[in-house]
Amino acid sequence: MADRPRVLVAGTAAGEVLRLDEPLSFWGGVDPVTGRITDLRHPQVGQSVTGRILVMPFGRGSSGGSSVIAEGIRAGTAPSAILLLEPDEIVTVGAIVADELYGESMPVVVLAEDRHSLLRTGQQVTVAPDGSVVGT
Amino acid sequence: MSVRLTDGDRAYLAGDHGPSAQSAMRVVVRLADTMEAEGLLDITGAHIDSCLYHGPAVLDFADWLADGGARVAVPTTLNVSSLDLLHPDLYRGDPDWAVQARRLMERYEEMGCQPTWTCAPYQLDVRPSFGEQIAWAESNAIVFANSVLGARTHRYGDFIDICAAICGRAPAAGLHLEGNRRGTLLVRLEGLGDDLLDRDVLYPVLGHLVGQTAGHGVPVIDGLPPSVGEDRLKALGAAAASAGSVGLFHAVGSTPEAPTVEAAFQGVEPEVVVVVGTAELRAARDALSTTGDSRLGTVSLGTPHYSVAEISRLVELLDGRSVHPDVSFYVSTGRDVLAEVGLRGWEEPLRSAGVTFVTDTCTYITPILAETSRPAMTDSGKWAYYAPGNLGVEVVFGSVEDCVASAVAGEVVRDDGIWGDG
Repeated sequence: MADRPRVLVAGTAAGEVLRLDEPLSFWGGVDPVTGRITDLRHPQVGQSVTGRILVMPFGRGSSGGSSVIAEGIRAGTAPSAILLLEPDEIVTVGAIVADELYGESMPVVVLAEDRHSLLRTGQQVTVAPDGSVVGT
Repeated sequence: MSVRLTDGDRAYLAGDHGPSAQSAMRVVVRLADTMEAEGLLDITGAHIDSCLYHGPAVLDFADWLADGGARVAVPTTLNVSSLDLLHPDLYRGDPDWAVQARRLMERYEEMGCQPTWTCAPYQLDVRPSFGEQIAWAESNAIVFANSVLGARTHRYGDFIDICAAICGRAPAAGLHLEGNRRGTLLVRLEGLGDDLLDRDVLYPVLGHLVGQTAGHGVPVIDGLPPSVGEDRLKALGAAAASAGSVGLFHAVGSTPEAPTVEAAFQGVEPEVVVVVGTAELRAARDALSTTGDSRLGTVSLGTPHYSVAEISRLVELLDGRSVHPDVSFYVSTGRDVLAEVGLRGWEEPLRSAGVTFVTDTCTYITPILAETSRPAMTDSGKWAYYAPGNLGVEVVFGSVEDCVASAVAGEVVRDDGIWGDG
């Protein structure tokens, strides 16, 4: 059970991994117009999340994150998937609502630590509806 | 789908309450499923953060619900928006953005939400009681409701807040459940002087440190004086929920689920103990400032929205003096609090002294600041955290005493003696 991916929002995605060194709040941390990280205290400030397979432990901070994620999905600036170590309701709801409103499914998956820790920035991977992540 | 639903829940999902309520219930059930909730539970109130405009998606969502005739099923308050409806001239942003932001606000009022427009709904006359199940969004409000009031809400965000309010139901999971409210780490304060423990400025700094340390856990803070006041707990929680994902903390001897350390941990031994002394607090204080520049363009207080007591303190500190003409001085507060401040006869003297009141919104989420080229000073850990990224302004964190002294002087003045600085 612990080893199987836990799918919070199902979908398919392919792209290049961006591994975040610290948790990120989308609200106040990502500009949905540009897709760039704007939190000046985040070590990866200035990098773009657009189209990336975003790997982070969990979200942080503000309630507004769901809106920023949904807006990013609408505008095409969102990550193509978010891979977490622990469930995060704010991230999940943003993706659920974008799915309901626009029919755009950005996968959100919780991975076991041994799997999560293998993902490195720059790797090309795909995410399947069952949550499995495979290198390409 | 493993969530057990009642006949009432199924009626929503079947569309018996209209298409919008059906959509809202679908979102609630989808989230409950991801939280591995056994079922849903009744809520008695909600607080909505979704009314802040972030671009077309949030308005599409509100239209999706409101066009189908959705109404909230429980008393529901509204968080800050992008506009100050009482002082519309304060807004310096794109006029088209303001039109969309106003439209969003109207849609939430149409759904039966109360136009409270405050991030501190716990400062309204009616607020949740101990043990009440609620669905609140807005990170500082969540942590206050859980920690200080002992009400029970999970860490909800935009969209799910209004969906829960429409259905009157929330996932029976997370911080709604007793067992998940148990402390996960002990923060033990050691060697702090009584003068520091007795100052407002300790609390946002401690909150920032606790947020960074606790992540999304439930921190238990031991070593504060007994019966810490609500404004201090508010500042602590807001900073902890910005620097981390804290939805509940226990302050031993002050918050209702923590008469003792043992009670806060529900009888289980703490797995992690973090000792915090003056050095750690100094580092957290320093992390809240982005510059050592002594020039000052702005002072911003009231994040979260200032209470009547905090504005009273401001009157006392200004003591008849005026803000330096080169400094813009903002106080963000709820319209209800400002009305009371007016009745007490403080509003006009403060305005004459150079204070600008901001209601219905906040200075770090919408373009209000007159300029951002010179640094801004704040007493708020949350404002210090977010303003540099949101507004592109350098920030200096200080006590409210420092903020007032600096505003009068026209440059940054800080008294760091209580922190034991050289």
